[in-house]
Amino acid sequence: MSNGLQLVDVSREYVAGIPVLSGIDLAIEPGELVTVVGASGSGKSTLLCLIAGLARPTTGQVLLDGQEVLGPGPDRGMAFQTASLYPWRSVARNVAFGLEALGVPRAERDERVRWLLDEVGLTAFAGTLPGKLSGGQQQRVSIARALACQPRVLLLDEPFGALDVQTKEDMQLFIRQIWQDVGTTIVMVTHDVEEAVFLGQRVLVLSSDPGRISQDIPVDLPEPRTLEVRRSAEFLSLRARVEDLVRAEHRAHQALKRHAGSS
Amino acid sequence: MVSVRSAPPEIRATPRRVKLLKTDVSRRTAWILRAASILVPLAGWWALSVSGLVEDTFLPSPPDVWAAGLTMVESGDLPADLLASLGRIGAGFGAAVLIAVPLGFAMGTLGWAQPLLEPVIGILRYLPASAFIPLLIIWLGIGETSKIALLVLGVVFFNTLMTADVVRQVPARLLEVSAILGAGRARVAARVVFPYALPGILDAMRVNAAAAWNFVVVAELIAATSGLGYRITRAQRFLQTDRIFAILIVIGLIGLTIDITLRLVRARVGRWAQ
Repeated sequence: MSNGLQLVDVSREYVAGIPVLSGIDLAIEPGELVTVVGASGSGKSTLLCLIAGLARPTTGQVLLDGQEVLGPGPDRGMAFQTASLYPWRSVARNVAFGLEALGVPRAERDERVRWLLDEVGLTAFAGTLPGKLSGGQQQRVSIARALACQPRVLLLDEPFGALDVQTKEDMQLFIRQIWQDVGTTIVMVTHDVEEAVFLGQRVLVLSSDPGRISQDIPVDLPEPRTLEVRRSAEFLSLRARVEDLVRAEHRAHQALKRHAGSS
Repeated sequence: MVSVRSAPPEIRATPRRVKLLKTDVSRRTAWILRAASILVPLAGWWALSVSGLVEDTFLPSPPDVWAAGLTMVESGDLPADLLASLGRIGAGFGAAVLIAVPLGFAMGTLGWAQPLLEPVIGILRYLPASAFIPLLIIWLGIGETSKIALLVLGVVFFNTLMTADVVRQVPARLLEVSAILGAGRARVAARVVFPYALPGILDAMRVNAAAAWNFVVVAELIAATSGLGYRITRAQRFLQTDRIFAILIVIGLIGLTIDITLRLVRARVGRWAQ
């Protein structure tokens, strides 16, 4: 049995005969940080849902450390574009939700929550309701909540899509920091090519109609990634390459939609 | 290549002050308007009753009504009737809520409960509860049971559907997040859906409490030996319109009290939603 995350010939149809994802073969090592980009309609969110167990593959298998994923569970954490916090629970109690479900005793729970809040820089907001937080802070809580049960994989579905540019930059550095501290596998979907190249050790480019992995690009940029890296020639050329790929997929997808619309 | 196309004919947008539909008033103005909303009709009633245009028997003056109310309080009738009516609303509305909330909760969460229950409740709620009075008397007699049953019938269907609506509005994302965090169905129901829906459930209760209060009085108008509705029918027999007015005012005030109480509870429970 192999460790890490594996997708074996996975496809997914929501409407019979129209696959959103098709022929996905993917292996992600424990501790890898992989980013996924693709045009709309490439099924990138569906890919995460399959790993999370929110949807089952129509064919094929999703395996985590050799075991088939049959449904959602705390061994995989997930954060979405909308932070989706429990608005009546304080920040600390949001983070504690998964630990409560696991039946972790009170003292240990408190200790873990304290550590996580410290890690995401929100110790001062432990007792605050989510409604009082900024978008970036909410997203930090959502990620802390997802990490609370020490998942083997952290899935991020366009978590910074709704944030302003400066906050987004902070959050990207934050994700890198988290990844270094916690060491968990991260799979992050984004439509922001710059973000994908900056964060990922690997960038997966999905094609559309149906979604397939069209390119699997290793990113050999200096570690740790600082903001200066984004000005380097390697970064810029890699970004341009990925942008061209995504743009081509987007155009093809639009053309297909127009064709479908006119027929 | 960009092709050149002729633009559509020009529209001249003239400068004009457009006003927004929703307007606000200052807090002070709002309080003045609130006071006027009660005082203006009261003054109108008073003026009409002393003008001599309407006979005293049909439209008693506010002081007469006050005096009639005092008499009923002193005799102990009014407090006893009030307690009887409140007891009925407590039992009837309480039973309706105990049925409606779990049922609505099920309809909002369980896939099979919605198609199973919505059609029948959708029909039942359009049957006027008052039309059931004869049937209820035949089935249950003229005692307390038939009155409480009327209350339940009048409220339970609406409250169920409104609760179901509120429960259904819990974002799917929140339920997915909870499942990923390892929460099973029972935990999600108790720790996610219920707290999220609670303010809305209380809103539904507030709307239906008003209906319940109406049905208490209706039930007591028909066949009763106590209660505010009963007191009204008695006063009618002796043409005591001043008493009827006094009782109506008490009914209104109690309704207002119920409403404000539920509002306060809701504001407390739903603090996070503001």
